[in-house]
Amino acid sequence: MTKTIDRREFLRLAGVGGAVFASGLAGCAGMAGAMKDDFYFVQLSDTHWGFKGAALNPDAGGTLQKAVASVNALSIQPDFIVFTGDLTHTTDDPKERRRRLAEFRDIVSALKNKNVRFMPGEHDASLDNGQAWKEFFGQSYYSFDHKGVHFIAVDNVSDPAARIGAPQLAWMKADLDKQANDAPIVVLAHRPLFDLMPQWDWATKDGAQAIEMLMPYRNVTVFYGHIHQEHHHMTGHIAHHSAKSLIFPLVAPGSKPKREPVPWDAAQPYKGLGFRSVETNAVKLTEYPVLKA
Amino acid sequence: MNPQRRRLIVAGIASGCFGAAAFAQLKEKVIRIVAKKFEYTPAEITLEKGVPVVLELSTEDVAMGFYAPAFKIDVEFVPGKAVQVRLVPEKTGSFDFSCNVFCGEGHEDMGGKIHVA
Repeated sequence: MTKTIDRREFLRLAGVGGAVFASGLAGCAGMAGAMKDDFYFVQLSDTHWGFKGAALNPDAGGTLQKAVASVNALSIQPDFIVFTGDLTHTTDDPKERRRRLAEFRDIVSALKNKNVRFMPGEHDASLDNGQAWKEFFGQSYYSFDHKGVHFIAVDNVSDPAARIGAPQLAWMKADLDKQANDAPIVVLAHRPLFDLMPQWDWATKDGAQAIEMLMPYRNVTVFYGHIHQEHHHMTGHIAHHSAKSLIFPLVAPGSKPKREPVPWDAAQPYKGLGFRSVETNAVKLTEYPVLKA
Repeated sequence: MNPQRRRLIVAGIASGCFGAAAFAQLKEKVIRIVAKKFEYTPAEITLEKGVPVVLELSTEDVAMGFYAPAFKIDVEFVPGKAVQVRLVPEKTGSFDFSCNVFCGEGHEDMGGKIHVA
């Protein structure tokens, strides 16, 4: 299909030096199934609006705006954009939490593409069980269909103990029951659904139940955030891809005794930060830096 | 012991339902660890290999977790309701524990060590 080739070629050329073709992941399930049309969406994650810490990001007040500008600069706009949580940095003050959420919403309202989906992270939602977040962005878990792909946004952060919880799992089961076994399904979450590093809080306590529920479906891909870096993992035939952050990177899983952020590199500003596009035909991931080189 | 079974035992002790096993624990040394944002006191404890102890976990401010994977301990507790968990150190070394209930800005750094000599 010419349109498909053009988009891929565009993504390859527009990678501004940071493009990564990731569809060669072993066992990476495609979304072919009953998909009606090729398209791509953009995933941004862990923007942590309100964070302050010059050693980690001296441009904490400007990185999100730059990412918005970079998404707007894509010459072919995505079908939609998703933010996979930690829109804001945590605060104990409910008033300040709402101020940060409002500022975040104002900043991302500059996105040219108005089809934007939001999800909470534990920094947004865990201290008040998602109450403030919902005031701004509505339901914290939901599903939707786009051009034959079924998307399920899972909330594994409103419970501070990192559980999806029985009511949401029941909802997810009922939602999945309506899908054919070969339906292309994308699951969006903030925390990893599998036990990446539970001792670093990189897990979902009842994530195994969600994965078990997804196993009968042949074309499932999971996109998540939380760990502030790109990471790819398979549970059986299900691929899990984490996204970079837009505030500071964290060290690779298990690479240090403790989880810690990667300090800002003045020689390479914004290194390790970025967003990604996901092309659905063969699950092609393209990673973009915050700023075009 | 699977975490669910451990949680049941913890809940039994916390609610005052003392069975024979719990009664036996009364003879064991109880080590109290108090959590508050964003620290445990004490943050490090030293145990003797093979000698059972009971950890009594409480929190002064908000709901907290105590996750010590080397001992398969994963418990949650809230203000005003301490929980107890029995522990038999089987290996020497130093083992991390951490909070796995998100409690705020310093949550990511909240943890400590169990030394077994």
